[in-house]
Amino acid sequence: MNNMISLIFITIGILFNLLGCIGIIRLPDTYNRLQAATKCVTLGCCSILFGVFFHFGISNAGIKALIAIPILFLGSTVAAHALIRGTYHFGIKLGEKSVKDDYKDAVQ
Amino acid sequence: MRYITVFILSLIFWLLLTFKLTVPNIIVGAVASLICSLIFTRFFISNVYKLLQPHRYFWFIIYLVVFIWECIKANLDVAYRVLHPAMPIRPGIVKVKTTLKSDLAKTLLANSITMTPGTITVDIIDDYLYIHWIYVRSEDPEVYTGLITGAFEKYIKRIIE
Repeated sequence: MNNMISLIFITIGILFNLLGCIGIIRLPDTYNRLQAATKCVTLGCCSILFGVFFHFGISNAGIKALIAIPILFLGSTVAAHALIRGTYHFGIKLGEKSVKDDYKDAVQ
Repeated sequence: MRYITVFILSLIFWLLLTFKLTVPNIIVGAVASLICSLIFTRFFISNVYKLLQPHRYFWFIIYLVVFIWECIKANLDVAYRVLHPAMPIRPGIVKVKTTLKSDLAKTLLANSITMTPGTITVDIIDDYLYIHWIYVRSEDPEVYTGLITGAFEKYIKRIIE
């Protein structure tokens, strides 16, 4: 039973990771690519780690997988923020489809 | 008191990470936690007695449920936009005002926003959050402020402030 649940979680995780990768290729500019990179990939990895936890149960490896989830959440959000802010300050323009840019006034 | 709290929390973290209750392991963990608490206590919350109030944990669990639900919605939303042949995106950076005051609360709000449907926090300047949005649903500041921060702000206020 536990094996079944862990397999389901790991499959969902790999599916979301795949969607994130497709997003990184298809979306037009850096800012939108970061959206795909943070959201899909984070939930994908968390799902895989959750599957690992179900597979090993409460043991050495299982607890480590469970601890890795909040660390991954905080780490990836902060990394996304740092990357997107760095990109803007480096001078890369928003994509052609963009409709609004309130940050321009704040930077100057 | 703050130093002791950080020391205990990092020691618990070390024991969970190594998952071994032997004397040498605890001694090494204690030394490492001592160094950590000496360096990093200045970043910790100023009033540690807030950690002992149970109603904050209650709101934290409710916040966690809301957050996971929003996170799953965000993933499906971005996945839909990625897979759709016409790619229905309308990106832009919007400016949102927050009523939260403390630094930790603002950080938590910014982290939650980064995980919700198509939004990433670009910067925080004073009380304003600058947010990159993959699909700008509305041009009206009040409407999009409610859409972005509405789900989390009231819970975070109860957890931290």
